[in-house]
Amino acid sequence: MLETLQLLGNGFLVVFEPLNLALIIGGCALGLFIGAMPGLGSVNGVAILLPLTFLVPPAGAIIFLAAIYYGAMYGGAISSIMLGIPGASTAVATTFDGRPLAKNGLADKALTGAAVASFVGGSISVVLFTFFAPPLAHIALVFGSPEEFALMMLAFATFVGLGGDDLFKTIFSIAIGLVLSAIGFDIISGEPRLVLWDITGFMHGINFLVLAIGIYGIGEMLWTVEENALGGGKSMLSDATVTVARTFANLRELVKSWKTMVMGSVLGYFVGILPAAGATPGSLMAYGLAKQMSNDPESFGKGNIEGVVAPEAANNAASTGSMLPMLTLGIPGSPTTAILLGGMVIWGLEPGPRLFVDHSEFVWGLIASLYAANLFALIINIAFIPVFIQILKTPFTILAPIIFILCLIGGYAPTQDMHDVWLMLVFGIVGYLMRKLDYPLAPAVLAIVLGPLAEPALRQSLIISNGSFDIFFTRTYAGPIMITALLLLFLPLFKMGYEKLRKKQS
Amino acid sequence: MTVRTAELLMAITMAAFSIYLLVKSTELPIGWVKGAGPGGGAWPFWLSAIMLISCIGIIVNWFRKRGPIATSNKVYIEAHVLMEVLAVAVALIITVGLFSFIGIYGALPLFLIFYLRFLGKHSWRLTTTLAVLIPVVIFYFFEITLKIILPKGLTEPLFLPLYKIFF
Repeated sequence: MLETLQLLGNGFLVVFEPLNLALIIGGCALGLFIGAMPGLGSVNGVAILLPLTFLVPPAGAIIFLAAIYYGAMYGGAISSIMLGIPGASTAVATTFDGRPLAKNGLADKALTGAAVASFVGGSISVVLFTFFAPPLAHIALVFGSPEEFALMMLAFATFVGLGGDDLFKTIFSIAIGLVLSAIGFDIISGEPRLVLWDITGFMHGINFLVLAIGIYGIGEMLWTVEENALGGGKSMLSDATVTVARTFANLRELVKSWKTMVMGSVLGYFVGILPAAGATPGSLMAYGLAKQMSNDPESFGKGNIEGVVAPEAANNAASTGSMLPMLTLGIPGSPTTAILLGGMVIWGLEPGPRLFVDHSEFVWGLIASLYAANLFALIINIAFIPVFIQILKTPFTILAPIIFILCLIGGYAPTQDMHDVWLMLVFGIVGYLMRKLDYPLAPAVLAIVLGPLAEPALRQSLIISNGSFDIFFTRTYAGPIMITALLLLFLPLFKMGYEKLRKKQS
Repeated sequence: MTVRTAELLMAITMAAFSIYLLVKSTELPIGWVKGAGPGGGAWPFWLSAIMLISCIGIIVNWFRKRGPIATSNKVYIEAHVLMEVLAVAVALIITVGLFSFIGIYGALPLFLIFYLRFLGKHSWRLTTTLAVLIPVVIFYFFEITLKIILPKGLTEPLFLPLYKIFF
């Protein structure tokens, strides 16, 4: 406990270096902006902007990206409330009551509520994070290859068991991500492997950023082009009256909602830890629970501030939650943390429990930066509400080409090979077409990041066990993890069987 | 084309890709290599097999008419949406094609003019301002600050004096 606080204190020393502080403030503002844009969320921002961080040292880079992550979580609420269009899927639940509030002329109340709830969610989850992470990392220190592989199986199994998407499409998405990550060289024998159509560009493998920017940059933007074409390009921006007096009145009134905020935060945090779940289901669950807990459930959906506060607390808490498995186990808890994890590999940091021992300054700097980012995001958000409303008036046709250009350069920068830019375009277009058919794409991004870690873990385990798969079931930690993973994998089958049985009975 | 038809076409394309990957994986040993564990082809081989099985599952569900996608008779991409998406996608492809030819600083202004003026219907003033400003910002940020040299194609000689100033 005392040691943790001391390490956290050291972390704050890292945060208060002028460069890092500037990165946090810049990242928060940029994240707020990205989150506020309809259709763009934390994952898009982090994917598109990761190549820009090659300039700063790893600690600064991840602090910057984490600040974007946080800012975007705050910003998502702005377009949900003002336009009725969720800034990202994570802010869907915020539209339910945020939009009616805005229509009733209470947009400022909803915006302040969302900002404060995000702050509470962020703060509670960061405190939980600070005290959960070190013990978990300590346990994980004894993990060997079999445990690592079992954990990755568990991460993928959560998508199959809890993802809620089509079973075959989810499995396909995981498998294709893993195969794409295997392109390049066989890590053990050193021979070229899967050089598709013998094009030499595949020899250096497929950088995860090419897939991530393809899907979350190009694909997402094409998706937004379509939405705009369908919606006729008109946006329905609500009016908001923002005055200092009204803001203080709103803040005082929010004190009444503290219970909902705490509930949303704790729920969001724990849901956020699961790779397949994360901020979107977390915020929807928090909304549902807030409605059940309320004395006046009827008013939900018509403009109840509790309906804004609960999902906003939850989605911020979930984004912190998703960092827990990323930092302690090396398993990302969300697509955004998957990209952060990929970034850490680029910066030469091996994700996993050793980070806490070998790169303690980095880890605690990051954790401390979450505290700081949370505070700055709140201040920037509340102070600049009118500015963000102005930003929403920027036509999509000005932002779209700029984002496309950032994507193209972002695809080029990591390897400086035109082959990768072409590949990114292919991923973007195919990803867009697949998304229209309800293929979940987040598992593929997670898989391409985890693939280069999963394969050696599996192969080393099998070498230890001389080819027997028993090794995954007989070890103290690997066994239960693997069995949980298998149960989750077969969960959809159990459900199907159960439903058939029930149909027969009735 | 309906969503239902698109679903089948996508599943068949992906199944074909899976078979290609499956065959390609066998270029390396897929069995147990003595002293070295599983061969280099084993991991992608079995994953490609899983991809193929998933595709077959999707196709079987298609024939059994299971799920909202396999039964949807909605149009996959509406004609007017297709035009817009296609315009953007083709513009991107041409832009990337031009990167290696007239360089990024030739291609990006063209892309910006096309998008802002012809898709966005913005004024010439705004269009030209952004078409000049954005490439300049990109040059400063990526090439000078980050030292990432972007493709220039034929325009390379024009940048030599600039390099001399900054590096």
